[in-house]
Amino acid sequence: MEKDHNVSRRQFLTYALLGTGGFMAAGVIMPMVRFGVDPILQADAEDDMVDVAAVDDLTDVPQAFDMEYEQDHGWHVEQVTETVWIHMEGDEVVALSPTCTHLGCTVNWGTDPDNPEQFFCPCHFGRFERDGTNVQGTPPTEPLHRYEHEVRDGRVFLGTNPSPQI
Amino acid sequence: MLQRIYDWIDDRVDVTPLWRDVADHEVPEHVNPGHHFSAFVYCFGGLTFFTVVIQILSGMFLTMYYVPDIVNAHASVEYLQSDVAFGMIVRGMHHWGASVVIVMVFLHTLRVFFTGSYKKPREINWVVGVLLFFIILGLGFTGYLLPWDMKAYFATQVGLEIAETVPVVGDLLSNLLAGGEFIGAQTLTRFFAIHVFFLPGALLGLIAIHFIMIRRQGISGPL
Repeated sequence: MEKDHNVSRRQFLTYALLGTGGFMAAGVIMPMVRFGVDPILQADAEDDMVDVAAVDDLTDVPQAFDMEYEQDHGWHVEQVTETVWIHMEGDEVVALSPTCTHLGCTVNWGTDPDNPEQFFCPCHFGRFERDGTNVQGTPPTEPLHRYEHEVRDGRVFLGTNPSPQI
Repeated sequence: MLQRIYDWIDDRVDVTPLWRDVADHEVPEHVNPGHHFSAFVYCFGGLTFFTVVIQILSGMFLTMYYVPDIVNAHASVEYLQSDVAFGMIVRGMHHWGASVVIVMVFLHTLRVFFTGSYKKPREINWVVGVLLFFIILGLGFTGYLLPWDMKAYFATQVGLEIAETVPVVGDLLSNLLAGGEFIGAQTLTRFFAIHVFFLPGALLGLIAIHFIMIRRQGISGPL
């Protein structure tokens, strides 16, 4: 009699219990896991452009400007101030991040007396050209990161996330 | 595949006896609702444990967003409840589950009392059970303050005033609980620490003792 069935009584009970138990456990666990992983599934906040400087103030020598914006931390809003080096390259606005691509120190324009026309990092003497290109033979291995920009009514607006140049 | 992984582990550390001990443990007929439906009253202990597990899991997830600080506590609760996916559900599980645990503990206690299961040789397990009951009440009391809303504040005010009525050491006790003379930042961090570290630690330890004693002494006989 028992031999006629593909699934034995014991096996059927095992499947039924595991299935029901698994379903109930999933009902308890699923909301919690979805709750926990929410940060990676939330739609990226729109990267609002921030008003940083007037185009008329820009020259072909990089100048440091403050970029102030609000960062949304869920239940807390943080006032962030970042420094951006901005200059004109012909008609094109170039906005560079001051974070050295070697180990993340802050670069300055023209502070190395031997190379007044370059960005200089005081930590390991990394240098960058005016357009952000890293100088061969110094520690950095890639150019300074560049901010996305937009000119509206004579004002320069920047995105808040600098991205690598190539 | 799974079988082979299991065998590989079992060959080395011999895990089979561990779960076989639990799986082959026979449920006596008089506590099996399949035999006598009225035996469902014997389920309340297990249901208490089940709801405690849900409380621990949902609580662990809630602390991913909650901050025990007077400036941010309420805002973080509001955020996790209204802006995080399933926030209302997970907070709801913890909120309603807290009451369910206490109801289940109460029903479990009634069953043990009316079946006389606390009598010799099980007196110590009754005592451990009463301690567990107090710990669960403590978890309810400390957890009530954490959302830092009006209900939380005034419920704690009442609780501390009750502590003050203890003869001689009442004021000391109230100040110790509140971390000062009034309900403030120190009360919140204190209640948070007690709620998520001290009491759950004690709870798990006593539950283990509770269960080990059940296996040692067996389930009490039929009425």
